[in-house]
Amino acid sequence: MDTIAGTKSSLTWAVNLSVLFLVVLWLIPTIGLLVSSFRDRDQISASSWWKAPFAVEQAFRARAEGEVRQDGSFWIIEGNVFAASELVDAFPEGAGYPPVLAFGVTGRDPGAAPVGTELENRDGGTLTMDADGAYVYTMTEAPGNRPPRLYIVAETPPEFTLSNYSTVLGGDGMGRAFINTLTVTIPATVIPILIAAFAAYALAWMDFPGRGLLIAAVVGLLVVPLQLALVPLLSLHQQVGIGQSFVGIWLAHTGFGLPLAIYLLRNYMVGLPRDIIESAKVDGATDFQIFIKIILPLSFPALASFAIFQFLWTWNDLLVAKVFLPSADESRVMTVRIADDLLGSRGGDWGILAAAAFVSIAVPLLVFFTMQRYLVRGLLAGSVK
Amino acid sequence: MSPVLQGAITILVGVGGCIGYFYLANLILDKVIFPARRDDAGRNINRANAVRPWLFLVPAILALGLYLVYPVVGSFWRSLFNRGGDEFIGLDNYISLIADEGFRTAFFNNFLWVLVVPAMATFLGLLVAQLTDRLRWGNIAKSLIFMPMAISFVGASLIWKFVYANDADIGIINAIRASAGMDVLDPLQVPFWNNFFLMVILIWIQTGFAMVILSAALRGIPEETVEAAIIDGANPLQVFFRIKVPQIMGTIVVVWTTITILVLKVFDIVYTMTGGNYGTEILPSYMMSYMFRDDGRATAVAFVIMLVVMPVMIWNIVQARKEMH
Repeated sequence: MDTIAGTKSSLTWAVNLSVLFLVVLWLIPTIGLLVSSFRDRDQISASSWWKAPFAVEQAFRARAEGEVRQDGSFWIIEGNVFAASELVDAFPEGAGYPPVLAFGVTGRDPGAAPVGTELENRDGGTLTMDADGAYVYTMTEAPGNRPPRLYIVAETPPEFTLSNYSTVLGGDGMGRAFINTLTVTIPATVIPILIAAFAAYALAWMDFPGRGLLIAAVVGLLVVPLQLALVPLLSLHQQVGIGQSFVGIWLAHTGFGLPLAIYLLRNYMVGLPRDIIESAKVDGATDFQIFIKIILPLSFPALASFAIFQFLWTWNDLLVAKVFLPSADESRVMTVRIADDLLGSRGGDWGILAAAAFVSIAVPLLVFFTMQRYLVRGLLAGSVK
Repeated sequence: MSPVLQGAITILVGVGGCIGYFYLANLILDKVIFPARRDDAGRNINRANAVRPWLFLVPAILALGLYLVYPVVGSFWRSLFNRGGDEFIGLDNYISLIADEGFRTAFFNNFLWVLVVPAMATFLGLLVAQLTDRLRWGNIAKSLIFMPMAISFVGASLIWKFVYANDADIGIINAIRASAGMDVLDPLQVPFWNNFFLMVILIWIQTGFAMVILSAALRGIPEETVEAAIIDGANPLQVFFRIKVPQIMGTIVVVWTTITILVLKVFDIVYTMTGGNYGTEILPSYMMSYMFRDDGRATAVAFVIMLVVMPVMIWNIVQARKEMH
């Protein structure tokens, strides 16, 4: 096509650039999340994720723990701020200290004065500090048990850590939620496939009265809003004793996944060559044998497509899990955990949120990128027909 | 019993049960009920073959009936009762819905969603499909734009929480505003427009879906029609709008309606992003706010959603029947 006059034009560049623009636009949110999940939690709130590779100007809190001496009516504390016990973790000895950019005496304004200048403190004296961290703190009364507060602003090198992930997987129960999600997902993916495959074969290759009506019903049920099912089925589950449980959610997902499964598989099976099936019948094969030995192996691509769909859908589901699983902590799946717990209790802790989100989307992304072919094929079979 | 073990047993019982059912049911049908022996062998084989489709269908019909057909009726019936479910109150739930300010907001917002999301997702999907069509790295580009499809709505909401964060050091929107000298604000609390910021998330997810399907449809257009137009002197825009788009109109409609139906079901985004506050409620999230509290009302909302979806459902069925004949 490119050789035809009129298609190859100055547009090529514009097309390349606009696609690049769209792709970048589409990726930015996810990349932001990924980068944030590996950053130190103090650095996340100190600088934007796109500045992650650069040094971060951060405020630190310490106490004036230097040597105290009395000079007339003043008490003077002299020392180096990097020796303070609260800064030992952030600036370990021997690694070299960054220059102090500014200092202060209140948490509200930690960088009130640039280094080398003098700042009035709340103890009636002054504070001076040099870029290397050496300070002189004067006060009119003897310091009590707790030395006075100091604040500094210094540049710290970019810091990447896995601590967000270990917090999320350990203390915040996402590890348990991950197992729960897997527990919900796998049976809910496997069971509908078999039921749907038999039904799809009957609807595709067996002749019986009412077949057209059933196919139409399946097409209609494809769009029934799940919301309708919640209340009646939950009370049904409670009446028969299943209640809110894993068994309940497996059954629910099986039921909700069936229309798409039957529809996809039937569309695929109808397209299989008639000759093979008829010659097998002539040779005396029963429908059951034909199904097991011929149809199932040939339908593998469609089965894989549906399996991926159902897997993604059950893994990512929030609605069904909220309604059909018990609300106790130990049976929560990841989506519920994030939406109901983390966003509430950890609402401002961006590192934790990012790590939690990534734990929950890692498996679907893996499935997506390894089996995209089947996913696309399934989408096409389901929609273009 | 640990849920994992329970899961493993369920897979075994479920899969084994299914295979066992199908195998044994066939065996019994052929060997016990209608054995192909003696003088009525021919008739018995025919009879067995008439019954067999139903053997294959029974589990599916039971599951569909119980989990999708019964709820339509069950929900409607439940919506005619009061909160506790013990008093028949007719259409009172619906009447109080209409009188409720929150419901009207949700309905109006949902209307906006239905108007904007399918249109934007389909348009962007078509744009990307066309732009990447002849690109050497088109498949990579498509794969990256398709990627959000794999992400849960909850995950996507979290991703966008970072974009919209009310802090210039975290949210990219506020960072841009700050660098332009504007005040930091919370985009999710801007009245009316916050609805659109939430829609962006669903558009972000669904564009990939539209793109994949429309891309395949574009590939299916006969080359001759395009070549003929080019020879007649049509410019690329004319080729696209006058030749290509009309030929894939059917697919565009399918994509559009599929996304429309999705829009009416998705409650996750509103639930995680704003919890329905700041005037962003839509019907599915409005329904969830009554779930477990007032089932009569919740089912009434669900049934309203059903009524809205109904025309699409009927249209789908009509199309499917047309194809079969």
